[in-house]
Amino acid sequence: MSWDWVSSNLDRIGELLAFHLYLALVPVALGLLVALPVGFLVARWGKLYGPMLASSAILFSIPSLALFVILPGIIGTQILDPVNIIIALTIYAGALLVRSVSDGLRSVPGHVTQAASAMGYERWRQLLRIELPLAAPFIFAGLRFVTVANISMVSVGALLGIGGLGELFTDGFNRNFATPIVVGTVLSIVLALAADALIVLLQRVTTPWARAGGAS
Amino acid sequence: MGQGRGRLMSLFSQLLEFFGDADNWSGSRGIPVRMLEHLWYTALSLAIATAIALPVGLLIGHTGRGAFFAINLGNAARSFPSLGLLMLLVLGLGLGLVPALIALVALGVPPILASTYAGVRGVEPAVIDAARGMGMTETRIVSRVELPIALPLVLSGMRSATLQIVSTATIAAYLSLGGLGRFVIDGFAVRDYAEMVAGAVLVALLAIALDGVLVLLQRLLVSAGLTGRAQRAAATQEPTAEPAAELAH
Repeated sequence: MSWDWVSSNLDRIGELLAFHLYLALVPVALGLLVALPVGFLVARWGKLYGPMLASSAILFSIPSLALFVILPGIIGTQILDPVNIIIALTIYAGALLVRSVSDGLRSVPGHVTQAASAMGYERWRQLLRIELPLAAPFIFAGLRFVTVANISMVSVGALLGIGGLGELFTDGFNRNFATPIVVGTVLSIVLALAADALIVLLQRVTTPWARAGGAS
Repeated sequence: MGQGRGRLMSLFSQLLEFFGDADNWSGSRGIPVRMLEHLWYTALSLAIATAIALPVGLLIGHTGRGAFFAINLGNAARSFPSLGLLMLLVLGLGLGLVPALIALVALGVPPILASTYAGVRGVEPAVIDAARGMGMTETRIVSRVELPIALPLVLSGMRSATLQIVSTATIAAYLSLGGLGRFVIDGFAVRDYAEMVAGAVLVALLAIALDGVLVLLQRLLVSAGLTGRAQRAAATQEPTAEPAAELAH
């Protein structure tokens, strides 16, 4: 471990850290944006559930490096364009969150929705005020999973030249110098754990009725 | 739209050219050899990972000791960047199959262990009491009662592990391992996009096929008397695509 290297490269490490976060978190937000309406549709029309599960499993099983490489050919970007990473990770996040959202909505007991409509809740208000809050533990569990997975997956992009902290990996490896790899690995883990803790906190704050963390 | 179609067509023709070239199908750098290498790394690491994770998961699930470890191992492992792990192992142990295998096994163990544990914990206590009342020994309870009931979750843990291993084995090509990742890495080195995409498509197909095989295995192996309830249990316990370990606690 060479602390000199660390202290003389703090700026670069900071930049890569910020870029890493950007590459990992934008897809989580985009994925959720896609997953909410799609998950809602899947929960409404039970017939869509099976096909959704299958396509989610298929998308999720494509190795990240493969997706990073295939995407530019489909959407016409350069292979070194960060957009590839963002779209690929959005696909993973979306595929998983659609499942969380629809599982969550499907877990709402029938008598609850019946009671809500008997009380005069119309369609959208019922969805927003009754069903989504009850589905929240599922959605938060999904968010935690994809956030942690994304943060550790971004590094793979470094093999194609864009990988946030992963660039420290390739740097160090090519120079046979362990310090950058250790620094990148530790920061990536810390980032993942911090983001995870933040989501747990968010869950605690937004769903005070269900002791956060799904402990019931 | 028309531009998009043109792009897809050119991608397609590049792929056809690559797959149509007989040179790419023969020799130690050919597609069949690379595919077999990839399968070999995957099967070997999955077997070792299962041999480690299954007994430990069963033991922790049966005794309840070390539950904290079992639950958190999966989460901790997910936050570990696989590329960093691979490179650190290679810098420490040198290039070769062994450091890569250690990384692949290390990434395969946590999902299997966590979901085996969750599966065993999910067995109703009344069922275990009944088995004990019938005079079954503890080992028999584990092997004849808990394991079969936990099997759907064990297999879903193996699915996650397989995906993780196939994906990381691809990356390992950067560290001079064989396998399908070679096409991607070598193609990138000489900016041969056709070769890269061909490798990427092959590895994606391999991952999807292996996942399909494990789903099939899940259908075949899980006791028919169990499937109805197992599916219901999985639906309540498994809010993410990952093993139930996530929310069950």
